[in-house]
Amino acid sequence: MEIEALMLARVQFALALGYHIIFPTFSIGLAAYMAGLRLLEYFTGERQYRKAFDYWLKYFALSFGMGVVSGVVLSYAIGTTFGRFTEVAGAVVGPLMSYEVMTAFFLEAGFLGIMLFGRERVSPLVHLLSTLLVAAGTLLSAFWILSANSWMHTPVGYEIIDGIIHAKDWFAIVFNPSFPYRLAHMVLAAMLSTTFVGAAIGAWYLHHDKHRDFGIQTLRNAVIAASILAPLQIFVGDLHGLNTLEHQPIKVAAMEGHWETGGNVPLLLFALPDQAAEKNHFEIGIPNITSLILTHSLDGEVQGLKSVPPEDRPPVAPVFFSFRVMVGLGLLMLLLAWYGLLLQMRGKLAAAGRYHAVMRFTAPIGFIAMLAGWITTEIGRQPWTVYGLLRTPDAVSQVSADKLITTLILFAVVYTGLFVAFIKVCRMLLHKGPHPDAVKSGIVHDVESAQEPAS
Amino acid sequence: MNEELLPLIWASFLGLSVALYVVLDGFSLGVGILFPFARDKRTKDTMMRTVLPVWDGNQTWLVGGGAALFAAFPIAFHTLLTALYLPLMVMLLALVLRGAALEFRFKTDNRRPWDIAFAGGAITAAFCQGLVLAAYVQGFGEVAEASAIDGLTLITPFGVFCGISVVTAYAMIGACWLRLKTSGGTRSWASAVITKLVPVVAVSVIAVSLWTPWLVPAIAERWFVWPNIAILSPIPIWTGGLLLALFVTARNLDTADVVPFLLALGVFLLTLTGLAVSIWPYVIPRSLTIWEAAAPANSLMFVLVGVLFVVPVILLYTAHAYYVFRGKVGDNEPGY
Repeated sequence: MEIEALMLARVQFALALGYHIIFPTFSIGLAAYMAGLRLLEYFTGERQYRKAFDYWLKYFALSFGMGVVSGVVLSYAIGTTFGRFTEVAGAVVGPLMSYEVMTAFFLEAGFLGIMLFGRERVSPLVHLLSTLLVAAGTLLSAFWILSANSWMHTPVGYEIIDGIIHAKDWFAIVFNPSFPYRLAHMVLAAMLSTTFVGAAIGAWYLHHDKHRDFGIQTLRNAVIAASILAPLQIFVGDLHGLNTLEHQPIKVAAMEGHWETGGNVPLLLFALPDQAAEKNHFEIGIPNITSLILTHSLDGEVQGLKSVPPEDRPPVAPVFFSFRVMVGLGLLMLLLAWYGLLLQMRGKLAAAGRYHAVMRFTAPIGFIAMLAGWITTEIGRQPWTVYGLLRTPDAVSQVSADKLITTLILFAVVYTGLFVAFIKVCRMLLHKGPHPDAVKSGIVHDVESAQEPAS
Repeated sequence: MNEELLPLIWASFLGLSVALYVVLDGFSLGVGILFPFARDKRTKDTMMRTVLPVWDGNQTWLVGGGAALFAAFPIAFHTLLTALYLPLMVMLLALVLRGAALEFRFKTDNRRPWDIAFAGGAITAAFCQGLVLAAYVQGFGEVAEASAIDGLTLITPFGVFCGISVVTAYAMIGACWLRLKTSGGTRSWASAVITKLVPVVAVSVIAVSLWTPWLVPAIAERWFVWPNIAILSPIPIWTGGLLLALFVTARNLDTADVVPFLLALGVFLLTLTGLAVSIWPYVIPRSLTIWEAAAPANSLMFVLVGVLFVVPVILLYTAHAYYVFRGKVGDNEPGY
């Protein structure tokens, strides 16, 4: 019963978190892109930027709204499912979340209305500033919440009095050892995921021979951005991994499916980790590469899972596989982006029919990689909620399994329904296309926008 | 800083967050509650447009209050959320639907499901807030006792009555907001709604004010003992006076449109003051005082710096947003 309730609480919180993070990921990336468009529009006065801004604004409103409503749920779900965590670690995590609300949520809310609906009511400068502040808000939000999350992985600057964690050094807490890496990795993930949405949408218009100007503009911007962001992300990801090795070596051992401490560690491309037997089945690996990556020497020693007692090990299989999904998709994104860049440099991007046909399906790719990365790092932290300080069974609320299952079903139904609606409306926006350009009012490409009544 | 004073400052900030949430999201939810009663699609569109630019900021006070409770009174956060698990979870999901409806409705051709989500979400959220309020004033002991509470036992006659009272009170302030923000037929309809709702709200305020001390002797002691009864009497007297003024001004279509809204605001603030009087000095009524539940001074200080510098700025730019979207919402205002 107890274990069942623990698992249900974890599943519920994971669902609430995993669902939520999709939307801020898109909002962070899109807000940055839209801030760029708005700046270009302000300083050049060119209509194409206004047209692109107005196009993305609808997606942004939807995604931001979904992020807000699922985020409100999270701010309370942390207490309803992990109540004892909030009591034990509240003195450290609570203030960080308060700062997120005060510096980010209110800022976004205060200027989002102007960004979305205020163009006719304020000067262009105020509208520009509002857009920039909303974009800044999305980044500030990432700053605080990743600081709080990172502290749970690498807790420092605290003391424990009567079983309650007290803060001692706030600077050390906010800028804890894994924070800079996790922040950079997540913000880049947001940007990269968004560029693949842009690339997919641009490619979709080119593939269907609609809105070609807008399509090629979007695809080109996305491909150029992705070809810079993808390698940068792999570089930062590697640094993040080395930081994890320093502070959470057992998580890295689980990521690599590495049981025995020793040198000459191979890079496993595939394996079936067996938690009970403490070994892998069906290993396929490249000799010495993990040693090389982690220690920069072919025979470097890497700590194995068996160096700690079984109750201190994370579940290996989900960490091992999700890590491979993330890295595999990361490499795929690099490949797709660089191939696109090559086409662009040869002046063939607009006419590359097969490339468009493939790219139009790549919108979810970054999000899947991002979710896989979060699964790796969060399950990899187990059995701890606050690494080394608070075990997950000691962190959950004392809420009964039947209450949890009731709300879990409610959540699953509402969230699934909303996600389907979100995708449907996004598809509708895709089919509708950008607002027909006033300059070329003679040509209206698709019937839908022609039928739309002028407002 | 004085360790006695810090929790007090935090309790005041928490009170401010709750008050701002109840008033601001109160009218946004109220618009949702009145939504099914609107005559036609055009009125519905206008109603939704009045809250579109501001609802997100309004709702953020709920997150702000939650985060403040988490940071400043972690034990209370844990106890409260454990005890009120089911109504809070249902409320959050209802708010999800309400918020999604606001973002989706204008972008789809099939508006009916979003009409239902908007109104249903608002009504459910408001009702759950009433249930939460009813359970909260009665208290629920320590965490261990709180975790034993069955969600269904919260559905008492008093809980249901509080739920309905919150729904009607939000509908009333929502109608005042519509009177302020709309013109023509919608404005006069909103005025008629106010005059219908004021007597209902008056009755429920009186009923809750008598029912609560009857259920909770400690609250009766707080209010009905000399000299408290004399000192506190202005609260009910003013509430009654403002409700009467609201009834009169709402009927008169020549009164400035901001007057009914300000009067409703006054009613809400007085009622919340009454609530604060009833529960003082507890953060979890009659089991945890604000001093017992307070986080370590170090944490309270760290966030207080932010509160003192950031919150005034928040209030400024929130006021700016309301200023930008001042005036009546036209029927042809560009939504999207």
